[in-house]
Amino acid sequence: MDFDFSDEQVQLRDVVARYLGDHYSFERYRAIKNSAAGWDPAVWRGLADLGVLGLTVPAAQGGLGFGPLETLAMMGDCGRNLLLEPMLSSAVIATAALRPFVADAAAALLLTDMAAGEKIAVLAHFESGARFDSRWVTTRARRLGEGYRLVGHKGVVMHAGAADRLLVSARTAGEPGDAAGVSLFMVPRTAAGVVLDAYPTLDGQRAADVYLQGVDVPAAGRLGAEGGALTAIEAALDVGLAALCADAVGVMQALLDATIEYVRARQQFGQPVGRFQALQHRIADMLIQLEAARSVSYLAALRCTAEDVGERRRALSAAKTVIGQAGRFVGQQAVQLHGGMGVTDELKVSHWFKRLTAAQLMFGDSDTHLQRYASLSRE
Amino acid sequence: MRLEFTDEEQAFRTEVRAFLQEHLSADISDKVLRGYELGRDDIVAWQRKLHERGWGGMGWPVEFGGPGWNPVQQYIFEEESALAGAPRLLPFGTKMVAPVLMAFGTAAQQQRYLPNISSGAEWWCQGYSEPGAGSDLASLKTRAVRDGDHYVVDGQKTWNTLGQYADWIFCLVRTDPKAKQQSGITFLLIDMKSPGITVRPIMLLDGGHEVNEIWFENVRVPVENRVGEENRGWTYAKFLLGHERTSIAGVGIAKRELRRLKHIAAAERLHGRPLIEDPLFAAQIAQVEIDLWALEITNLRVLSGEKHTPAAGPEASILKVRGSEIHQGISELLMRAVGPYALPSRREAMEAGWQFDPSREPPGPRYASNLAASYLNQRKLSIYGGTNEIQKNIIAKMIIGL
Repeated sequence: MDFDFSDEQVQLRDVVARYLGDHYSFERYRAIKNSAAGWDPAVWRGLADLGVLGLTVPAAQGGLGFGPLETLAMMGDCGRNLLLEPMLSSAVIATAALRPFVADAAAALLLTDMAAGEKIAVLAHFESGARFDSRWVTTRARRLGEGYRLVGHKGVVMHAGAADRLLVSARTAGEPGDAAGVSLFMVPRTAAGVVLDAYPTLDGQRAADVYLQGVDVPAAGRLGAEGGALTAIEAALDVGLAALCADAVGVMQALLDATIEYVRARQQFGQPVGRFQALQHRIADMLIQLEAARSVSYLAALRCTAEDVGERRRALSAAKTVIGQAGRFVGQQAVQLHGGMGVTDELKVSHWFKRLTAAQLMFGDSDTHLQRYASLSRE
Repeated sequence: MRLEFTDEEQAFRTEVRAFLQEHLSADISDKVLRGYELGRDDIVAWQRKLHERGWGGMGWPVEFGGPGWNPVQQYIFEEESALAGAPRLLPFGTKMVAPVLMAFGTAAQQQRYLPNISSGAEWWCQGYSEPGAGSDLASLKTRAVRDGDHYVVDGQKTWNTLGQYADWIFCLVRTDPKAKQQSGITFLLIDMKSPGITVRPIMLLDGGHEVNEIWFENVRVPVENRVGEENRGWTYAKFLLGHERTSIAGVGIAKRELRRLKHIAAAERLHGRPLIEDPLFAAQIAQVEIDLWALEITNLRVLSGEKHTPAAGPEASILKVRGSEIHQGISELLMRAVGPYALPSRREAMEAGWQFDPSREPPGPRYASNLAASYLNQRKLSIYGGTNEIQKNIIAKMIIGL
């Protein structure tokens, strides 16, 4: 048993923390959030130069070949600094979705470009009626000559507008809910028939509903065997879920730090409000919840690539349940203890709170995962 | 002991309902029922309609131009109004400054201000909190120095709800800096058009502009705008804050939002079935409904007691704490009910008058478009008007005697 990060992991964390500390101030974040694109190519370039965009890309494709623990080490600072760029969507989830298909030259080339910061890809999988049920795929890919024609609608695809390539799941067989029959396609975002309805999410990141209105994809655009992509998709989503947990823990830590600082400085009734025991106990509860969240973020990172799928999902559902509950408590109480200032746009507190609220909703909320955990733990 | 309203109260409810049916326009109730923001004109127009019926001074006695309703009647009126989707009347005029004027103002002040509050001709805002005086309101620093027939006011107020529309502000100012904190405060009525007043918006976390900071720089206020005696303002301030018990819990609005939650949970699908059939989600709706039922009875107990002994005090704190928790709980369930479609955030979707034109059709179901913003916004409920922590201090001290 060992809960220490390796020297290499610590170094990686410090490099990312230092870069974002120097280049991602609250003001910069605000400017990027309010910009038309909602992300900053200069920041993306900077992260590429540090090597972190290739963190989980195989060495043969110019990456560092690392895994979930290195991702865990890095993601906390992405959350703390409110990073709006598609780290989770592209550098973690899309790279994971592509890795199993690295024998495919096009996939390998895309991974190389992603590691270098030249290309962004996102997984367009969940659908509007799916509520994060990974098997609920209604988008269809019908054979058309040598290739396929895709028709369907993908809901709330994070960072789709920033992507050069969409990794689109579609049914080549079966019905919604079936594990078999799901294929994965590489689709240029600008391909004919791809229509994006883009918008900010509640925490200022960007997403889009993606409409596939008869998108023609050559056979070479299909990744892996026809109908057999769900395993790779779910593996990528699980890695992403673990990374989201780590991001959320970084946000919770930032909120706890900011709240402690605030109650020490804020004077009412002739003393810092942090002297009041009612508030001390509340902050102690925040810390207790944060530590539970940190523990399950380790669990998620350590189990998210486990070969035993049942064990993997139990661990991830346990993690997301706790992260959702702790994030809710820490976020709400951080706002409450900042009083009126907590509900303004002016302090970082409300921005962290919104990021946690969004994280609660992504990949299924605590109730969804509590129920999945229960169904996986009946023995 | 009985739960049912009396026949007279039922008849009154029927009367209110008939009025709402006749006078509440569909475009306003539609905004309220869908959770969109109302504009100034919507609120003023509704106030005028109530005034024309003689209900503009909703909680006022007949001698001041009100309908003379007892607390239970006021409660029934507010519940029916909420359920029908009527705008919630801004409390700053009708429920805050008006009762203070009736209790402590001169006849001239009553005649000058009350009719325009009832008719909606003048919009009031509140000047209580300051950057350094929130929970500890009595530490306020805005100064008023006597200069002949005027006070000269300097300082800064904050969290002025909808002060951008206000014609008047009622302010707590310090007139005796040497006295004990609570003893040197005076209650002034200040014309917002006075030279030296600057209003700056404070943007909230949902992107909305509903509060402001207001600066006072050498603002000259006629002495006749003082309410009651100099240096006795704290007494009036406490009277004002403790006065409201018919709608502080917001039972009617909570019932309306609960109804909306059930509609949305019935429309949403989870694994192909209505979300409301999901046992875990259904149990959470049931829990908040039960909590609301208990609060409703508590609220009615408080009001019913007031028929015999007026001016109940700290019970309002119980209503505020539970009411805010229940409202926040419902807003959270509403957000969670739509799953991923709580994520898309379009500011314009919160605004009154936004038409769903096809090119701006919201992603996901239409009802989802403002639920996250509403959840974020509702965090204020446990902060404004005295945080829930302060309310619990009041309960511990004033009710329990600790």
